[in-house]
Amino acid sequence: MSAALETYALCKSFGALTVADKIDFRLEAGARHALIGPNGAGKTTFVNMLTGVLAPSSGRIMLAGEDITALGQANRVKRGLGRTFQINALFRRLSVLDNVALAVAERRGVAPHMLRAASQHPDVRNEGKELLATLGLADDAMQRILDLPYGKQRLVEIAIALGLKPRVLLLDEPAAGVPSLESHRILEVLDTLPKEIAILIIEHDMDLVFRFARRITVLVQGEVLVEGTPDEIGRDKRVHQVYLGEQRHG
Amino acid sequence: MSTHAGGYSADPRVRPVEWLPWIVALAGFFLLPEYLSLGARILIYVLYALSLDLIVGYAGIITLGHSAYFGLGAYVAGILAAKAGISDPMAQLAAAAAAGALLGMVTGAIILRTKGLTLLMLTLAITSVLLEIANKASSLTGGADGLSGVVVAPILGLFRFDLYGKTAYLYCLVVLLIGWWSVRKLIYSPFGTSLTGVRENSLRMHAIGAPVYWRLVLVYTLSATIAGIAGGLITQTNQFVGLNVLSFESAGELLVMLILGGVGRIYGAFVGPVVYLIAQDLLAKQFPEYWYLGIGTMLVLVVMFARGGILGILDSAIARLRRKA
Repeated sequence: MSAALETYALCKSFGALTVADKIDFRLEAGARHALIGPNGAGKTTFVNMLTGVLAPSSGRIMLAGEDITALGQANRVKRGLGRTFQINALFRRLSVLDNVALAVAERRGVAPHMLRAASQHPDVRNEGKELLATLGLADDAMQRILDLPYGKQRLVEIAIALGLKPRVLLLDEPAAGVPSLESHRILEVLDTLPKEIAILIIEHDMDLVFRFARRITVLVQGEVLVEGTPDEIGRDKRVHQVYLGEQRHG
Repeated sequence: MSTHAGGYSADPRVRPVEWLPWIVALAGFFLLPEYLSLGARILIYVLYALSLDLIVGYAGIITLGHSAYFGLGAYVAGILAAKAGISDPMAQLAAAAAAGALLGMVTGAIILRTKGLTLLMLTLAITSVLLEIANKASSLTGGADGLSGVVVAPILGLFRFDLYGKTAYLYCLVVLLIGWWSVRKLIYSPFGTSLTGVRENSLRMHAIGAPVYWRLVLVYTLSATIAGIAGGLITQTNQFVGLNVLSFESAGELLVMLILGGVGRIYGAFVGPVVYLIAQDLLAKQFPEYWYLGIGTMLVLVVMFARGGILGILDSAIARLRRKA
């Protein structure tokens, strides 16, 4: 069976600078996979290539066995690839509900409609409300993003991606900027995500990574250093050297 | 409140206060019969500003070249009337709309691949090109002398354009009513909501799988259609077309009116032209040489102290009253 998402020898260079070097990566169906690495390891570049923001210099990307390397962002989303952003990318002056409804409407193909009012599409609104309820945001549905505390904004970030009903979900630092006291809330939400979604998380919060992920890939200078279970990664000397050590002593 | 944002939980029904502009317009018709030509001009500019609000206020496309579509509509209606002998006002208006739509679609498809300053420059360039064409093709457009001899038959064969401008005023009011209804419907629709999404964060709209570029081309085309209709109306009511309809000043003036009234609120497009054109009329009579100073001062004050325009000031005043109550 083909993997949910797979890359073959994925490369990206900007002139002489190589930020992704022959990355072979496999995300199984239903995976809980983390991608870690020190700053500048090329994690975000990798995600941007997966989602179609950046075109790779060479290599291939397969989504559920289909080559999507040449597809644009929108077409990858339509095939079930969703993402969240490291820095909130929300519709700041719209309500929480509208933030999610926009995604639901795109998925359902309602978004281009002009004749009926948006509020006369109760299916979209109800799905949005249900989704917010599962993330514990039901009471905030009518708030504007601007007026929402940062931790909750991070949850909306996830809610929008879930509104696309993705088969593969890329979470780019879901806990970035959230005080550690509140990051458990993010983890709780991540634990409740449907089992069938394959999740790749990029995260600096090692507690969160080791509690959430069942496999971890370590990226260093654009190359895969090692991949394994959290136990294997925790014991790996090289990883300690380049990454964990730095954190523990830092 | 006077903000009209649409969205999946916005009630799309027309609120009582939204009938106010129409009541004022009708009252003006009966009470100020000597100002009907100014009135018709205001109504046309409201329609024109409404088309601009759709792209600037809702979709977030900044343009200084909207006069291209207005001017093209004006010239198409004028040339049909003066040169091709087509005097039926509905046919002229339909042609103006179609011309605006076509130019909007073609130019939109090119320029909307760009953003920000580049986009702004391209919108300016399109207007400049059209202005030069109108200037040079004088056998068709009358060039710098303008196009006169515009013949407009009675509307639907029934209502003749009279000297006092009564028919013209009511005709413009009806066209504006249809334009307002369409724009309002669009803003409250899922399509309108997705435009607001593009304005707020186009990056995220891409990431949720929206064909952002096509949405923008479509709304740009619709906006250009309405601007074309407004241009057709100005020709029919003035029975003359001058190069000024295509000028950069006219596009800039329109943007000033919209900012003055309030951007992205539908009714900012009503308040702006009313205040601007009436102020222009009054100031031009009092201070024929310095009237632009008054307009300029008004704009500086609005931009510095009231970013939401006149309607924004009203909004915050109402909010303050409610808090006290």
